[in-house]
Amino acid sequence: MELDLVTYAVPFLVLGAKTTLLISIFGVAVGLPFGIALAVIRTSENRIVSRSADIYCAIFRGTPMLVQVFVIYYGLGQLDAIRSNPVIWWIVGDSLHTAILAVVLNTGAYTAEIFRTALLSLPRGLIEASQACGLSVWSTFRHVKFPLAVRQALPAYSSEVAIIVKESSLASTITVLEITGYAKRLMSETFAIMDIFIITSAFYLMMNVISLTSLKLIERKLSFGK
Amino acid sequence: MSFDLWVLLVEQGWGFALLRGAAVTLAVGLLGMLAGVIVAVPLALLRWRRLPIFSQAVDGYSILVRGVPGLLVIYLLFFGSIEWVQRLATAFGYQNSADSAYPILIGVVAIAAISCAYSIEVLRGALDAVPLGLLEAAKSLALPPHVTFFRVTLPIALRLALGGLNNVWQMTIKDTSLVSVVGMQELMRSAAIAAGITRSPLLFYCAAAGMFFALTAISQTLFSHAERVFNRGFSRG
Repeated sequence: MELDLVTYAVPFLVLGAKTTLLISIFGVAVGLPFGIALAVIRTSENRIVSRSADIYCAIFRGTPMLVQVFVIYYGLGQLDAIRSNPVIWWIVGDSLHTAILAVVLNTGAYTAEIFRTALLSLPRGLIEASQACGLSVWSTFRHVKFPLAVRQALPAYSSEVAIIVKESSLASTITVLEITGYAKRLMSETFAIMDIFIITSAFYLMMNVISLTSLKLIERKLSFGK
Repeated sequence: MSFDLWVLLVEQGWGFALLRGAAVTLAVGLLGMLAGVIVAVPLALLRWRRLPIFSQAVDGYSILVRGVPGLLVIYLLFFGSIEWVQRLATAFGYQNSADSAYPILIGVVAIAAISCAYSIEVLRGALDAVPLGLLEAAKSLALPPHVTFFRVTLPIALRLALGGLNNVWQMTIKDTSLVSVVGMQELMRSAAIAAGITRSPLLFYCAAAGMFFALTAISQTLFSHAERVFNRGFSRG
């Protein structure tokens, strides 16, 4: 591998890494609360509400993210109602915004599944005890269910974070230049396919290592005194 | 609107084009998964036996492929091989058939490479989870190693691996959509072509989503059934 190639490729990939990071950070910062909310809705008593959240998750988990990206980016732009609504058009009219939206909607469905199993695995007696103590529904959630569910869910969620980083590569299919987008361009520009692949995967592996280690640290902190 | 739908899907034949695409998706997914698992079994065994060097090599492969996006793996395989395949095909005079068959071949190879990496982890985990007592029992019965493996270890490991393999399959069938970016005529590509020509992307991408959903839902049902069959005689939980 020549040094020239590395010095040529790395600045582009760093530029791409910023976009990947941006998408991923939104994916976690918005997708996590969204997924937890969905999980709570899915475990709620109200049949209609929980059913519709179930259906949402089934659809987003049952179809490829590429299709979701295309439906949002190419499909929704077809509707007049969406084109005329400035707020929605601001989101789906721009490829980067669409990519972020798609990642958030997609990871929300998977995160909901992780937290739903965590919520369902909580000991029944604990919740009954908190009700017997006269805690309100919100307090039960805030002080009993949530802290325990987070501990349960965190190992599975850390692999979801790695998936978010990888799924953000689909943004390149709608012209957003993130790591994979730049990698494709560099591959067809330099013809050094293998070299570019190796440099690019080093970027992804680094991101994975950083996110997995930081989640491990959080996990250790949360399980303190267990 | 319903009239338009009829004209688009049936009279102009786009519905059939999508169905044909779905058939290609299913075929590529099945072939890729099959090839992936077949390659993954010996690799998982190497990893399970902790053979030095081989074990690390398998680990490296698995970590690399699982750590980078599928799209990148597909770009590597497609751009990385197109030149010499082209040259090979021209040398033997198969230029035209190479052009049409090539994306499908690379599609299957790419899908297999990805599903293999995930299958290795699933199979290794299942092999590790076979209770040690059973293996010791087999040893104390003086069963030869290959009998122990085929009659004790493998059946139990396969049962344990079924759930994980289901996940890999679900992922694989969804990953086939990525191969459309290098021009394989599967469901996603058919939908994109139909959307481009008829100028109704919403309809066709939603239809493609519906077909993918049907594929994953049907295979989920089949796997649940298989799981019931494999788990006969075991208590739940």
